[in-house]
Amino acid sequence: MNTKTPSKLEKILKAGHQAVTSECGPPRGSDGEAIAKKAEMIKDYVDAINITDNQTSVTRLCSLAACIRLKLMGLEPVLQMVVRDRNRIALQSDILGAASFDINNILCLSGDHQQFGDNPQGQNVFDIDSIQLIQTVRLMRDEGKFLGGDDIERPPQMFVGAAANPFADPFEIRVPRLAKKVAAGAEFIQTQCIYNLDKFELWMKQACDRGLHEKVYILAGVTPFKSAGMAKYMKNRVPGMDVPDEVVKRMSGVPKEKQAEEGLKICVESIQRLKEVEGVSGFHVMAIEWEEKVPEIVEQAGLYPRPEVD
Amino acid sequence: MIVAKNKPIEEIIEEVKDFEKLLIVGCNECVTVCESGGKKEVAVLASALRMYFMNQGKDIKIDEVTLERQCDHEYLEEIRNIIDQYDGVLSLACGVGVQFMAEKYLRTPVLPGVDTCFMGVTEERGVWTERCQGCGQCILARTGGICPVSRCAKRLFNGPCGGSTKGHCEINKDLVCGWQLILDRLAELGKMEDYEKLTPIKDWSTERAGGPRKVVREDVQE
Repeated sequence: MNTKTPSKLEKILKAGHQAVTSECGPPRGSDGEAIAKKAEMIKDYVDAINITDNQTSVTRLCSLAACIRLKLMGLEPVLQMVVRDRNRIALQSDILGAASFDINNILCLSGDHQQFGDNPQGQNVFDIDSIQLIQTVRLMRDEGKFLGGDDIERPPQMFVGAAANPFADPFEIRVPRLAKKVAAGAEFIQTQCIYNLDKFELWMKQACDRGLHEKVYILAGVTPFKSAGMAKYMKNRVPGMDVPDEVVKRMSGVPKEKQAEEGLKICVESIQRLKEVEGVSGFHVMAIEWEEKVPEIVEQAGLYPRPEVD
Repeated sequence: MIVAKNKPIEEIIEEVKDFEKLLIVGCNECVTVCESGGKKEVAVLASALRMYFMNQGKDIKIDEVTLERQCDHEYLEEIRNIIDQYDGVLSLACGVGVQFMAEKYLRTPVLPGVDTCFMGVTEERGVWTERCQGCGQCILARTGGICPVSRCAKRLFNGPCGGSTKGHCEINKDLVCGWQLILDRLAELGKMEDYEKLTPIKDWSTERAGGPRKVVREDVQE
């Protein structure tokens, strides 16, 4: 098999399997065991585990340290890295730090604006953008060079990912923007949570029409609703999220004590439908603070057991 | 122009309350246009302060003057003969003017009367918005004449991010997404194909990151 890195995620995708990834949010404290506990719950049901990087700009234990912990547990972390908080020196330095522990996957992101978090008065960095971060990792890996042009001893060997949000505006440039990420060197994509499947399928079709699905592995993002309240919150308050009315209605239509179950059901149904969509190479299950449900979702969606690769 | 807004009167009172003789200096350039530090605003502020201190039973002499500019030696020199009469100067110029005056008149406290905000335009009377952050290396030719540095909250060079919603920025529904503007303009210009060109990593050394900046034009130096 012709893989470019030792990444297990890359091997699984290149072998033609539908990959399953999930994510764990680090704790708001220094208890590293919290992340280990979350990872333990899901490790047999996913191929790789993303660690979020101060998501929604709320200060947490750092993604890099949490990824190292997973790596030491023998798991396959995906280092999420936002360009909001670090300049190019710190980004490259953290990439090397991750590489020194043989962390082999990275997800390059812009990051939510700090206004959403616990330090809205803080400065932001945005020295480079997420697409330029993709280019940076590829330069470091493929050319063995720093952005400054110097050689890297033992370059990082990372499978390079990016996010895509098919639901943000304007819709017309969402596929061109994906194309830019691919041109910059993205090898896998994890999408925003998909609730509007029709719109996702349209985006996917346009991506396939341009042949992008042959150049990048696209993992469809799904997040189960815990309650009708969460569905409404995601619809109305989370930027770039598209939750159709009928989904909110379906969640609201069942009694409160049954809503979690309904949310899981919607999630599983979505995966089953998306499995048939051309260009979908796998799933990114983001069970926000509900990691214990990931095994159930993966099993019911027919994605268990996970394939073995060397 | 440089856009500034008036400091709250309470803050100004706190700054000047120990003076007996105060000179308020306006500027006839940008701050006049954005109605924060011109002759009119100097007069209004002076009256308000006189009234406040009179009510407090405090005798404070407040004089007014408005210079053509506070960012040129030539005009700042106009107050050289009178400045020693005052315990302090309250400048309603932008931060540039306040500093230039402070550098020139070392023995007189020079205090700011406005908060300097940004380089921008008058969208309509009473509404000013940002257009430029002076990064020292203009890229407007590549972005349809709309600046991603000053108009995108994440200054993305390859935007828009996933938070752009119905033409608005994720951080504020009243804020237009800069990348939506760029795309609209590229469409109007028939240059949408430019969108897919990857913008290279920016050299920020010409911006604030490179330290205080200087432009030297030997051909115009005397």
